[in-house]
Amino acid sequence: MSTPDSTNTEITRAEYCVTACADIFTGAGEIMASPMAPTPLLGARLARLTTEQDLLITDGEALILADTPAIGKVGPTEGWMPFRKVFDVVASGRRHVVMGANQIDRFGNQNLSAFGPLQHPTRQMFGVRGAPGNTINHPTSYWVARHSSRVFVDDVDIVSGVGFDKVDERNPAFDSLNIHRVVTNLGVFDFNGPGHTMQALSLHPGVTADEVAENTSFPIAGLDNAPVTATPTDEQLRIIREVLDPKGVRNREVK
Amino acid sequence: MATDKTSTLDDVVAELRDGMTIGIGGWGSRRKPMALVRAIARSDVKDLTVVTYGGADLGLLCATGKVRRAYYGFVSLDSAPFYDPWFAKARTSGSIEAREMDEGMVKCGLEAAAARLPFLPIRAGLGSDVLNFWEGELKTIESPYADADGRTQTLVAMPALKLDAAFVHLDVADAHGNAGYTGVDPYFDDLYLAAAERRYLEVDRLVTTEELVAELPNQRLIVNRMNVDRVVHAPNGAHFTFAGGYGRDEAFQRFYVESAGSDDTWAAFTTRFLDVDEATYQNEVTKWQAEQEEAK
Repeated sequence: MSTPDSTNTEITRAEYCVTACADIFTGAGEIMASPMAPTPLLGARLARLTTEQDLLITDGEALILADTPAIGKVGPTEGWMPFRKVFDVVASGRRHVVMGANQIDRFGNQNLSAFGPLQHPTRQMFGVRGAPGNTINHPTSYWVARHSSRVFVDDVDIVSGVGFDKVDERNPAFDSLNIHRVVTNLGVFDFNGPGHTMQALSLHPGVTADEVAENTSFPIAGLDNAPVTATPTDEQLRIIREVLDPKGVRNREVK
Repeated sequence: MATDKTSTLDDVVAELRDGMTIGIGGWGSRRKPMALVRAIARSDVKDLTVVTYGGADLGLLCATGKVRRAYYGFVSLDSAPFYDPWFAKARTSGSIEAREMDEGMVKCGLEAAAARLPFLPIRAGLGSDVLNFWEGELKTIESPYADADGRTQTLVAMPALKLDAAFVHLDVADAHGNAGYTGVDPYFDDLYLAAAERRYLEVDRLVTTEELVAELPNQRLIVNRMNVDRVVHAPNGAHFTFAGGYGRDEAFQRFYVESAGSDDTWAAFTTRFLDVDEATYQNEVTKWQAEQEEAK
């Protein structure tokens, strides 16, 4: 079987997204990485195979994986993590989740519940799921495969994930709120703009500030000066292409 | 000799009352007590308040107009198209009152009820729209102990989710209500039973106590007979969700979703799969599966 050439192939947008998702976990240490979609899952596993060997990852059901298998595969396990123990981990703070989002506003409030009024929505999704508990307890990041002004809105319809403008500084129960990153198909963002607003950390190669601005309802801090997202290393590309995602699942989520 | 609690679905239905608050075990589309849910759906009971990690259990009860109010952390079919169509219709038509909450708050509320406490403090919910969903029913509580820096924590006071009845599905049980699970996750079924006045257990396999304890490691025996009133032997009862002994029937779940698409298809689904007793349901499912095979 021939192995794909890791260095001479053009680096795809999806691969920039995977390495940007891996960077979400830089310095995370010995905590549970809980990615909720393929691209951040590949990112978490890439981080674990490179700089963050002590991350805990699961099979998405109830088992903690000892090895770092390809996406869709399971391997040897090292422990048990049924749902009720996940809530213990959430409360402990030793976790970093990467959730999806139907809507995100400039302060990091997120919606995956429903569109429209609380008791009479126009479209029903999942309900708030674990988003309120995740965001108030431990680092939370978001992955958006299609960056658009329908996702990045002025006001979310229902606050499932808590944003920085909801923090009551007098109440220490809010002290762990940390919306760490937003990675999209266009770039990498955080909420360290003025007054904890969304700012651009980098744009992927080929993405312009205008393109991001056109696809975001609110102004993003630092957009005009944002650097280009770091190029994946040869080692990262080899792991993504040969070890973690030989079938190219990443290219179905990000075109 | 402890009491023999083996019962029929009809025995259970006879104990249902309008306006009950019921808890339904399992999680999403995983080990749901679907035989009991189907029995409730075809009964005359109405105005239920349902507490659940929701899946098609809540969907079927919404489809049959049984639900007045729902307390849930999420509603998911766990596989495409993920959103339950009947729950979605109940919500977008405004026909049920939603008491949506963080998933961890469901566990917390059941634990409070199990310990006979009025509430337990929890961080989850603060700053989110959960408090607005509850329309004044959900309050906060200030700690009597200050943190080291002199500030004081104010937390959500999660009220006890006290249940009139709980319905759960486990893989194996004895006639007295000792029971265990064989899959990877117990979910929260023991908590639902501990939070309820009347406790109903359906089970794929009914065995003797000796067989039960010989088969399962002790840690899998999450339910004992103190917390069970009736045991219903319901082989394949969790269908079309999965249980320890069988997988989810993904094709049938998709068929359920597609059938919700029009009045005609739902009427056909109802005639064949809901307005029938459990034995007929299981027979029709077997026939339906054979039809799908033939159509391939």
